[in-house]
Amino acid sequence: MTAVYEPWDETRGAEIIAEHSKQEGATLVMLHALQDAFGYVPAAAIPMVAHALNLSRAEVHGVFTFYHDFRHKPAGRHVLKLCRAEACQAAGGDALAARAEAKLGVSLGHTTADDRVTLEPIYCLGLCATAPSAMLDGRLIGRLDEKRIDALVAEAQR
Amino acid sequence: MSIRLYVSRDAGALAVGADEVALALEQAAAKRGVAVEIVRTGSRGLYWLEPLVEVATPQGRIAFGPVTETDVPSLLDALASNTPHLVRLGATDQIPWLKRQTRLTFARCGVIDPRSLDDYRAHGGYKGLERALSLGSDAILTEVTASGLRGRGGAGFPTGIKWKTVAQAKADRKFIVCNADEGDSGTFADRMIMEGDPFLVIEGMTIAGITVGATKGYIYIRSEYPHAVEAMNAAIQAAKRGGYLGANIGGSTYSFDLEVRVGAGAYVCGEETSLLESLEGRRGLVRAKPPLPAHHGLFGKPTVINNVLSFAAIPFILAEGAKAYADFGMGRSRGTMPIQLAGNIRHGGLFETAFGVTLGELVDDIGGGTFTGRPIRAVQVGGPLGAYFPRALFDTPFDYEAFAARDGLIGHGGIVVFDDSVDMRKQARFAMEFCAIESCGKCTPCRIGSTRGVETIEKIINGERVSENLALVEDLCNTMKFGSLCALGGFTPYPVLSALKHFREDFIPAPTTLQAAE
Repeated sequence: MTAVYEPWDETRGAEIIAEHSKQEGATLVMLHALQDAFGYVPAAAIPMVAHALNLSRAEVHGVFTFYHDFRHKPAGRHVLKLCRAEACQAAGGDALAARAEAKLGVSLGHTTADDRVTLEPIYCLGLCATAPSAMLDGRLIGRLDEKRIDALVAEAQR
Repeated sequence: MSIRLYVSRDAGALAVGADEVALALEQAAAKRGVAVEIVRTGSRGLYWLEPLVEVATPQGRIAFGPVTETDVPSLLDALASNTPHLVRLGATDQIPWLKRQTRLTFARCGVIDPRSLDDYRAHGGYKGLERALSLGSDAILTEVTASGLRGRGGAGFPTGIKWKTVAQAKADRKFIVCNADEGDSGTFADRMIMEGDPFLVIEGMTIAGITVGATKGYIYIRSEYPHAVEAMNAAIQAAKRGGYLGANIGGSTYSFDLEVRVGAGAYVCGEETSLLESLEGRRGLVRAKPPLPAHHGLFGKPTVINNVLSFAAIPFILAEGAKAYADFGMGRSRGTMPIQLAGNIRHGGLFETAFGVTLGELVDDIGGGTFTGRPIRAVQVGGPLGAYFPRALFDTPFDYEAFAARDGLIGHGGIVVFDDSVDMRKQARFAMEFCAIESCGKCTPCRIGSTRGVETIEKIINGERVSENLALVEDLCNTMKFGSLCALGGFTPYPVLSALKHFREDFIPAPTTLQAAE
């Protein structure tokens, strides 16, 4: 299922930020909440978070860029994450990742030209006993093989 | 009469179709007019048998697995007529893989409904807290110290000493922080226990709070574990409603509250000081130690920061006494370790057992060799910062000191098996590559060293001045090992150097080069 995000709206953004303003050290909490609502963290939201937390814009920008999760623009309609860590490598994950890249015509970390699929590496989903594993829009898939990866790619392209 | 079925809701089971099986069971039963109650549990940890379906009988639970949607009609037939079935495994607790374990921490995981506080209490939950409340701080510290429990996150620091330091610190506020940033590949015990028995983690943290005088705790869970986040949040709400969190916990004068915080994809935040920075809302830059978090931790206050499994071991120790825990194990490694068998392995999953079992027993006997059926060539123990062990070292007992003596580490107890198709040059390069991606950037050996490491191993792979570059990599590893601020840069040399030492043949391409190298 594709996640449905709201378009960026400053008033809505301010509301989301205000909801967490009582929490201590809430920078990540706010960035997560913004991304959950809008699908990414709009540049306009950074100074708003900074203001709410009495931090400089540079400090919030620094936090935003440090963590792999936060996006500065929306992802494709579907996000396919392939685990690239050791347990999945041991179970044949390298070849499956290469196969997905070839089928989609993009390398890991990129979005297809039609904005349909974002293909990303992930370092461990904790499904190491049913490796190789993947996550498609939040749904977990283990024991991947060529057939399953092809089906996942096809599903993401729909 | 209603039939009670158990199907796991653990992420590992969901990934192989547990939801689909549960739905198929419900629909097929409805069609036949059979009343069924499906309890969604955590996982028993026998992942090659997931989705596992258990049936309650007067003689105990009977297991079926792995069950697919298409098995469902015949499974219901077999239940109705009490006849054999292809995937019938017999009584769950008689399955040898489960029977051989010593489940102290994971006793309830896969058994109870993780959403039910009543179920937790009915299976011995909150007995530890009850006894802790009657003992008081000093006596709890004596118990925890006597149990010999050491930090299960990997560093193996004695938990009793850490707690005592925080208990003795004077401050207006103290904190309990649970490190649930389980980023090591090959590990999933934290995830399993949070999803399968979340009240256990809450109970352990609450006992810590009472002991050291902290009233607030945080559980920092990685964002890659959305199911664990959901399970912990639900359990926290239930514990609050039940009077086990908040003011006057369990009817006592103590207060303790918990909050879940979600990471954002930075591996380095599993390092405790980086995690504290992240919790405070900053970049996950590692702090120099001292000061220790026990003195100067979250928001500058004395903080107990322990791994999920350390907290999860506490309720048993309090409920049954330190001796009952310390009686298991070997040397200075007391109690049990939830070991995780992963990668290219036939019988992968969670195996909790007393320290002392050998690596060979774990991967050959318990793990059943590789999934592909090819010979095991290398085993990485302890995550991306752990050493690769060859078969020659399979007699190493699972014990903090024994692994250290062989230039390895047990880390968080994850074991990743590779068959003979593995190219150890690639694994060595990946170790450096991963460190380069995840380095927080604070110290030079880690930040620059990892990138130079990738480049130099590339050259070796391409056959450029192999012997010189091998020497360079070894030298670089020593710089990283002794010069890095934390375990990320400091331990990345373990997989690299172990690959070079035990699998040298992979790095030296042709006999002519071999002569030149020697």
